[in-house]
Amino acid sequence: MTHSKPPLWRDHRFWQIIVQLAAVICAILIVVILGLNLNRNLQQLGIKFGFNFLQQEASFDIGETILSYQPTDTYTRALLVGLINSLRVAIAGIFLTTIVGITAGIARLSDNWLVRNISLVYVEIFRNTPLLLQLFFWYFAVFLSLPNVEHKASVLGLIKFSQNGIELLGLNFSPEFSTLLLGLTFYTASFIAEIVRGGIQSVAKGQWEAGRSLGLKPSLIMRLVVLPQALRVIVPPLTSQYLNLAKNSSLAIAIGYPDIYFVASTTFNQTGKAVEVMLLIMLTYLTFSLIISFLMNLLNHTVQIQEK
Amino acid sequence: MQEQTQIIVAENVHKWYGKFHVLKGVDLIVDRGEVVVLMGPSGSGKSTFIRTFNALEDYQEGSIRINGITLSNDLRNIELIRQEVGMVFQQFNLFPHLTILNNVTLAPIWVHKLSKIKAKELAMQLLERVGILEQANKYPGQLSGGQQQRVAIARALAMQPKIMLFDEPTSALDPEMVREVLDVMKNLAREGMTMVIVTHEVGFAREVADRVILMDSGSLVESATPELFFTAPKQERTRKFLSQIL
Amino acid sequence: MQKIQLTWLRKNLFNSWYNSLLTILCLLLIIQFIRKFVWWTIAEAQWQVVQVNLPLFLVGRFPQTSYWRLWIVLGIITFLIVITWSVFITQKNLIKHKFINLLVPWLAPTWLLSCPLILWFMGGGLGLQSISTNLWNGLILTLLMAVISIVISFPLGILLALGRTSNLFIIRWFSILYIEIIRGLPLIGILFIAQVMLPLFLPTELRLDRLIRGIAGLVLFSTAYMAENVRGGLQSIPREQIEAAKALGLPTPLVIILVVLPQALRAVIPAIVGQFIGLLKDTSLLSLVGLVELTGMSRSILAQPQFIGRYAEVYIFVGLLYWVFCYSMSLASRRLEKQLIN
Ligand SMILES: Nc1ncnc2c1ncn2[C@@H]1O[C@H](COP(=O)(O)OP(=O)(O)OP(=O)(O)O)[C@@H](O)[C@H]1O
Ligand SMILES: [Mg+2]
Repeated sequence: MTHSKPPLWRDHRFWQIIVQLAAVICAILIVVILGLNLNRNLQQLGIKFGFNFLQQEASFDIGETILSYQPTDTYTRALLVGLINSLRVAIAGIFLTTIVGITAGIARLSDNWLVRNISLVYVEIFRNTPLLLQLFFWYFAVFLSLPNVEHKASVLGLIKFSQNGIELLGLNFSPEFSTLLLGLTFYTASFIAEIVRGGIQSVAKGQWEAGRSLGLKPSLIMRLVVLPQALRVIVPPLTSQYLNLAKNSSLAIAIGYPDIYFVASTTFNQTGKAVEVMLLIMLTYLTFSLIISFLMNLLNHTVQIQEK
Repeated sequence: MQEQTQIIVAENVHKWYGKFHVLKGVDLIVDRGEVVVLMGPSGSGKSTFIRTFNALEDYQEGSIRINGITLSNDLRNIELIRQEVGMVFQQFNLFPHLTILNNVTLAPIWVHKLSKIKAKELAMQLLERVGILEQANKYPGQLSGGQQQRVAIARALAMQPKIMLFDEPTSALDPEMVREVLDVMKNLAREGMTMVIVTHEVGFAREVADRVILMDSGSLVESATPELFFTAPKQERTRKFLSQIL
Repeated sequence: MQKIQLTWLRKNLFNSWYNSLLTILCLLLIIQFIRKFVWWTIAEAQWQVVQVNLPLFLVGRFPQTSYWRLWIVLGIITFLIVITWSVFITQKNLIKHKFINLLVPWLAPTWLLSCPLILWFMGGGLGLQSISTNLWNGLILTLLMAVISIVISFPLGILLALGRTSNLFIIRWFSILYIEIIRGLPLIGILFIAQVMLPLFLPTELRLDRLIRGIAGLVLFSTAYMAENVRGGLQSIPREQIEAAKALGLPTPLVIILVVLPQALRAVIPAIVGQFIGLLKDTSLLSLVGLVELTGMSRSILAQPQFIGRYAEVYIFVGLLYWVFCYSMSLASRRLEKQLIN
């Protein structure tokens, strides 16, 4: 604007710059002070910052691995093994929880009173108790009190449960992995069920009637008409549930499943490299989050576009 | 001397939204006590223009002086000007979480630092003037559109402004409620308030306006007394516009 | 009467052949499950572990002679909750409740002020016999940690949300950075940061209590989520509300305090209750960093030699405690949500 300039302190652009400058200075000050403290504290503890330790021998055992791993391998290798274990449980969990969640969500709207209420009870129990407690329950109260290997409990001979975990079609899953997978699946699915129910209910009644007037069966209307529309409402909150599942997989440490967090934590206990380990953990989970968000954004994009 | 009669002086005002040139060098002078009606097709920039008067929109070139105060980046001037200028919106924009009374007393208490008692007295007076005294303790959601708009006028008046801006104050109202709002505005005009009104109410403009202005794609096309404007417009553009709305 | 029941059955359970099949299948499963569960509850389970340790579960090792102090705390909290609840439930017909109307502006400050009071009653000092935080365990610690953390993260979350929606570039990006990093990390990692890293970042002289570090972790975590909830509320406020307030001559801080926040916060109350439920459940993770709250207590009780292996009993009981709190709050929040929509 071209007119007489006001004094600096009455110009709002001046204040905008000042406030932001102050924020930056504050941030720098905080970082510097914390950094100095950290430096001093680390010196007192006799720890040097650096990632060299990653090349050292890990010398701890990891209970279950997909990559070959020995205690003589490096920390890098150990962390990699943990990372893969994390991915394994997170991917399987996301897959299973989607199935269970959608089933429970649809069941919540079933015209069968019994089915509807079973689903309700399931949802209300699982989402109103802590996941950690559920994990302890599955692990200590269920798996560890199952019959031992010789007397497997089995369902139709396909799935066998024992203290040694789950055996499915010849594949063996450790009790730790099974616990974590089941725990994450059923906990997250109870939230997904509510999301799915909300999404389906958000689709106008008229759509059902339109489908019926075309002579479609209810199951077909659900699949062809209602679900695709409900997806638009469902996908965004579903993303945050997937993110939660991935993050919650770090509770593996509570039952001794060697995921990345568990391995990193052991690494910290042995090396005392708190800062480095923390950075690694942050990097890992932020990468997880970014990947999931990215994939779900793609999905969201396709789902939202179908409308037009 | 000039400042005494001219209360709004806008000179060569330009505004861009990105590349889009909304106001293309608009000049307007409004005298104290004058009632100016601004008309024009949708998207011509009427709202944008009058919203520059109380700094709800900024502008890139030109100058605007309100009651002798220049509108600029000067924070104090913006505050001063907003106290001089009251505004009434198409959608009322009452604060839904406050009672009618609190809507009206908000600015007097927090801006003019009036005591609660004084502010309430003032508010009651104004609410009586717009005919909503009985509803003072209700919430905006419990009132009809016409009533809400009258509260909005009272709320703006509570700042005791020298100028009132109206941006299509009756466009969101059911037809039967338009009158009650226009009546309040007529009274205001009669009392000598300076008013700039964006409206398509031709009858109202004829009766109340001192001047009617046509705005089209960011420029003022014609400015005349209501008689001339509606009966003998000079510009072709005005004739065309009138044929569309009459 | 009988006919009505029959039609109900037909309509809700046996309206088609596959529904009938489903019903029968479910019934079989349920009966099987209930029979087993009831049998286990009555005959196999040894509830002694709960009976004997009940005080430990609820108040931990808080000295018995000072239980009266806990009763007072319980009284204060109950009082606050009742008042708050009645305010929100009656807010639509406020005119009839002049008294409650008067309370509204005092609500938030009272909650904030009650925090030190509660801490004083629990911790002692200033004339009361002081009780070490090591003795604050069990359910009471769980509730305390959740309440304190949410109360602290509330104002911080509002500031952060304002920062994130600010048009000041740097402020906005700092806020976004903080929120997104925290939301990308698992809580256990943040608690680890608070327990292990915080002392490293602070001067050596400043030794924080384990409890304080736990709260710091929860606050770091929950502030980011609070900010996102509040941001949802801020975005739900139409721009016109802000313009109307500015047109009245209100300076920006007053616009935010008087017009934007009251509306935004009201809109996100259900979300905040939801967040509190989540936080209450999440306090269980404190047991992994050495705090003996409800979950931690159950683990140390399970380590008692005479109760080895009574996992199911303990976890079911503890789960029930969590459930009662979470479920009642989720009911309350749904009720509020309905209230807000009307
Ligand atoms: N924030 C904005 N960003 C970009 N363009 C805008 C913005 N606000 C308004 N415009 C454009 O500026 C032009 C003028 O808008 P304005 O609201 O002033 O018109 P108007 O004359 O008041 O129309 P109406 O009668 O519809 O209210 C319009 O073309 C509009 O699309
Ligand atoms: Mg307009």
